[in-house]
Amino acid sequence: MKLPQAAALLVDFTRFVRRHGFAFAHEQVVMFLGAVRLLGPRDIESIRRAAHATLPPPPDRQTEFDALFHAFFFEEAALASPAQSLPEEDAPVKDRGRGQNDPPELGEANNSGKAATAKESLSLRQFDIHADDAAIGRLKKNAPATLPRRLGFRKVSDKKGQSLDLRRSMRRIVEHDGDIIRLMRARRRKLHRPVVLLIDVSGSMKAQTQDYLRYAHALTHLADKVETFTFGTRLTRITNSLQHRHPAKALECASAQVNDWDGGTRIGAALGTFIGNPRYASLLRGAVVLFLSDGLERGGHDLMREAVQRIKHRAWYLAWLTPLAADARFRPETAALKDILVHLDRLGNGSSIASLVDHTLTLGSQS
Amino acid sequence: MSEGAIASPEILAQRLERELYLSGEELSTAVFLALKLGKPLLLEGMPGVGKTEAAKALSAALGLNLIRLQCYEGIDAGHALYEWNYARQLLSLRQDSNADLYADEFLIERPLLKALKEPTRTLLLIDEIDRADHEFEAFLLEFLSDFQISIPERGTLKAASPPFVILTSNRTRDLHEALRRRCVYNWIAYPDAEREARIIMLRAPQVVESTARAVVNAVNGLRRLPLAKAPGISEAIEWASAASLLEKGTGRWPEAFRRSIGVAVKDEEDLGLVRPELDALLARACGS
Repeated sequence: MKLPQAAALLVDFTRFVRRHGFAFAHEQVVMFLGAVRLLGPRDIESIRRAAHATLPPPPDRQTEFDALFHAFFFEEAALASPAQSLPEEDAPVKDRGRGQNDPPELGEANNSGKAATAKESLSLRQFDIHADDAAIGRLKKNAPATLPRRLGFRKVSDKKGQSLDLRRSMRRIVEHDGDIIRLMRARRRKLHRPVVLLIDVSGSMKAQTQDYLRYAHALTHLADKVETFTFGTRLTRITNSLQHRHPAKALECASAQVNDWDGGTRIGAALGTFIGNPRYASLLRGAVVLFLSDGLERGGHDLMREAVQRIKHRAWYLAWLTPLAADARFRPETAALKDILVHLDRLGNGSSIASLVDHTLTLGSQS
Repeated sequence: MSEGAIASPEILAQRLERELYLSGEELSTAVFLALKLGKPLLLEGMPGVGKTEAAKALSAALGLNLIRLQCYEGIDAGHALYEWNYARQLLSLRQDSNADLYADEFLIERPLLKALKEPTRTLLLIDEIDRADHEFEAFLLEFLSDFQISIPERGTLKAASPPFVILTSNRTRDLHEALRRRCVYNWIAYPDAEREARIIMLRAPQVVESTARAVVNAVNGLRRLPLAKAPGISEAIEWASAASLLEKGTGRWPEAFRRSIGVAVKDEEDLGLVRPELDALLARACGS
């Protein structure tokens, strides 16, 4: 079916906006077309208002959206060359779940000597894989009980429940022709909050990454839902690798998957990719989010601040654990850390597995 | 007045103005589209910009009954949909063991069910959805797409005419994409100075124009400070009324504004931040 020319232009506009990182569904495009027809359209302003109502840009990105709108309808030139540097291209996502991304990036990994040396250094560090077993043991013993929980929506029958399960009691009473034999009780289920770990694997964090992965692996097998990502110059989801029972095997898999070990730092771009991907962003809802990073960003940190703010908007708890905080004289004095401090629930010590475990075990008292 | 007579966003804006609500063009367009496309309307904005007021004014302007569901953390289906009146069921069972325990008289209707059962179209306001848990949001999705409720003992209830739904959110957290994309959306921003002055005079008739303008200037100055809670439109209206009360024809406006600052800024830290700037701010506001 061929669209009328005017409608085709509007559909082109939605594609154009989408390419610039605004997300909306097919049905919203249909709604947009319906809205434009309803409004006349009398002038370009009415089309803009229809777009605002049906393809809503987040409030903090409204000016960007308007600029795109202007570019599309008033500047033909901008159309010919869609923006060259999308944030997605700055920091590509690498994820086992998505096959189409894998081949070129695997090739890249093979060609780059950097990735190879990183793998090597990691396998060297595998010698002390049992070094922090005491801390990990403490985590295993205490975490399932102390990790923060949230109330579930549904109630389950429970003899010692807080509330009366009136519905079930009523049925029981009807069965006994109106005699109250025993009242049934219920409670709302309590579920672990999801945990999202964001691990910095850039060069400045070299000494800690091994510990962090060990910790992430242990936690993955203790809590109901743990998602782990690494970031340096790009973002990689390693949740699947960490599912292996055996730590050495899991770490080996993860190290093969990540190919920006000990590289540069572009935290802002990598986090931007994370929050820009709706599939990942939805993992943050009501979650405990732990950044394991020194927060040393190269260049401007506007992207980083913006990403952290957007993450905070979805997360339930946001902590930044930095190895630098092991020093008692540590103060968040870099501009980047100062800027994001207002969004953090806690800035803590992330220098060793023991300190991570200590922090994890206090999470439960937050709720 | 009926919905059918509303042929354009401008007519809708006029209707709303008769109900003492001055809507911006963006808002009246969004409401118009939601009405005509039969979609829920999602209103977001800072606290105190008139999201709930918009729903109230709309119900009056469209002649629809307003049913309000206030959301809070931990709200569940029993508070939103329906509950059985177990005590009455028990009593009637004692009297007659063959009684129909699931008759209408034992059903306690909560807002969502009430909106469905009304014979005429209603306006359902789901207020501050961002306070509810995300499970509740997911649960709403089902309700908003089909406008029907299943009661196991009774079967499925479907609305005779689907209600016009307005959701509001203060954006303390981001809403789920799935909910967002089913709705027509409007971000209610602070109005421009001209319109805010008109709103103040419309809502508080005892306030004279020069006072309204001074308040708008002062409030806009306050909004530029990094306050935890910037004064909304409702605070501006209260401040204008309060200052008018204190001034009593003495002509000492800055003094009256200063003494009534408590109705505009309601936070000790914020007050600490405002105090050093207040005199200059008020002098500017009253002078211009």
